[in-house]
Amino acid sequence: MFKKTEDKKMDLQTTIYIMVGLSFSLYIGIAIWARAGSTSEFYSAGGSVHPVLNGMATGADWMSAASFISMAGLISNMGYGGGLFLMGWTGGYVLLAMLLAPYLRKFGKFTVPQFIGDRFYSKGAAIVAVMCLLTASLTYIIGQMTGVGVAFSRFLGVSSEIGIYVGMGIVFLYAVFGGMKGITYTQVAQYVVLILAYTIPAIFISLQLTGHFLPQIGLGSNIVGQDVSLLAKLDSVVTDLGFGKYTTTTAGSTLNMFVYTLSLMIGTAGLPHVIMRFFTVPTVKDARSSAGWALVFIAILYTTAPAVAAMAKMNLIRTVTPGVVMQGSDPYAADSAIEYAARPDWMKRWEKTGLLKFEDKNGDGRIQYYEDKTKNEVAKGKAAAAGWKGNELTVNADIIVLANPEIALLPNWVIGLVAAGGLAAALSTAAGLLMAISAAVSHDLIKNVFVPSISEKGELLAGKIAMAVAIVVAGWLGLNPPGFAAGTVALAFGIAASSLFPAIMMGIFSKKMNKEGAIAGMLAGLAVTLFYVFAHKGIFFVKGTDFLPLIGGANSFFGITPEAFGAIGALVNFAVAFIVFKMTPEPPEHIQHMVEAVRIPRGSKLVNGAH
Amino acid sequence: MKHDYDSGAYWKETLKLLRNVLILWFLVSFGAGILFVDFFNQFHLGGYPLGFWFAQQGSIYFFVGQIFYYAWRMNNLDIKFDVQED
Repeated sequence: MFKKTEDKKMDLQTTIYIMVGLSFSLYIGIAIWARAGSTSEFYSAGGSVHPVLNGMATGADWMSAASFISMAGLISNMGYGGGLFLMGWTGGYVLLAMLLAPYLRKFGKFTVPQFIGDRFYSKGAAIVAVMCLLTASLTYIIGQMTGVGVAFSRFLGVSSEIGIYVGMGIVFLYAVFGGMKGITYTQVAQYVVLILAYTIPAIFISLQLTGHFLPQIGLGSNIVGQDVSLLAKLDSVVTDLGFGKYTTTTAGSTLNMFVYTLSLMIGTAGLPHVIMRFFTVPTVKDARSSAGWALVFIAILYTTAPAVAAMAKMNLIRTVTPGVVMQGSDPYAADSAIEYAARPDWMKRWEKTGLLKFEDKNGDGRIQYYEDKTKNEVAKGKAAAAGWKGNELTVNADIIVLANPEIALLPNWVIGLVAAGGLAAALSTAAGLLMAISAAVSHDLIKNVFVPSISEKGELLAGKIAMAVAIVVAGWLGLNPPGFAAGTVALAFGIAASSLFPAIMMGIFSKKMNKEGAIAGMLAGLAVTLFYVFAHKGIFFVKGTDFLPLIGGANSFFGITPEAFGAIGALVNFAVAFIVFKMTPEPPEHIQHMVEAVRIPRGSKLVNGAH
Repeated sequence: MKHDYDSGAYWKETLKLLRNVLILWFLVSFGAGILFVDFFNQFHLGGYPLGFWFAQQGSIYFFVGQIFYYAWRMNNLDIKFDVQED
């Protein structure tokens, strides 16, 4: 250990500890500075956060372990079809900015269930909304906690259990004491850490491959020293190896890609922990632009991700078959692939985690990386002629971002920064989700339904207790993942898209929509979405309880995958709500006046002062 | 607390703006990025096939621009109809 640190270059492990340690002390410092004193500060930071800072915090809140760690890897494998994540997870902000945020800000309360309960003059509607919110947020948070565990175990060399305990402790400190105020300012810091961690390696890699420092330009440029564009080269290299053409392979059918994208968009706009951010800005005017700022900060990562994806694919092929990308040599030549014994250090490191696997199927001691299930007869013939017996290298999609700096042989401090960035992404999202859960329990259930007489102090305490309990539950679920972690994000988006988004939208854009219609719509949308997801993945994701034959096989609804089904659920929600509304009495006069008032910015400060 | 603004006309104009922005929102993402991607891929933007660019880059830039355009237009509408915040 000491011998290593005496070297000119600091030991990698020490560098990572320093980077992560620095970022954590920053978050704790902010937590102490921004303690919350009132319920208003606790739930909505006193409604006093500048729209640009609020946008930055929303960006960190929104970009989870999935965006930071997994997305580029998914795009790298899917090619063009991966664009559905890029469009879906950003396009929702347009809907949010125009259809929901300003009106919810004018409404001037703290939470989504409160809006639904007041607008539809029904505690029943509020309770349905709380249930949707709790399910969506809790399933979402499990993924964040496991993400924290993975990042800790890979980068800090501790077990993932200890990683989760440390993560729980940190979130507890600043979320429970700081509330929304503490969370918001910590998230601003976390945004800075995660965006540097994401873009710096991308800039280095773009420079190496294309000579352009902006990855967004680099992806559309020629390869260094060649008269061919990076994407055209990638297309020809991957098709030669039997993969689908990078720039045109869709995700299932065009219809599926369409519906999937739409589901992610309305799911994004309906996720309570995102919507809640727009209660924290001072005015309706600020709520409009704050969504724009949030998207600016998100777009920096989201437009970099496709470059990271394509360049990582290129670098991976370049590592395995060195001559192919730069010299254009034949990947099927006998000495083209590298020998396993001569593989680079980063591959050895990632093999230990099990996320990268090599199996020498044809026993030639070299690594063959290609698509062995290809329908491309030319590639198939070439592989057979070269004596290849199947793909020998499996790379987990999650590695792409985390190992990126190692693949490109970047300095140690960049690797340390990426570790801190991954943790920032997971922790900031977990904190935002905990906030939404805490507010739903203490404000929507305890204050508005069960104990209306509770004092402000009592409610604040209840909120903190609810959050502490939620942290323990989330940590426990992270330690004992119930075998459905992979399906959970799809479920969260499905619930938000099929229940919450349509209900809020109808509450604003229809003066006449009544409680019967809204409740029936939410329940129908939710039921149909859960039915389709559970048919594929088992009832509450319990293995063996799936019932695919009942619905006529996998993706039986026009080839739509369960992850993409939220938009269909939303359609059902709208349709059922409309039919039931036609058969039941109109909402009372004062509700219709309330909707009129919500549509007009004037008077927002009056409403804000009311609590 | 009465103001002499015309909330009906204000709302009508708001919906018109929403409709226009949403049409563009649909065209850049679902249109150019998904439904007509093959058509747009005939053209190139630097090394990007254009349809691919819309799906993985362009639509995001448009989204950002749209939100700020919408915010700017709404703020003007607020003033025009005298419903802005005090």
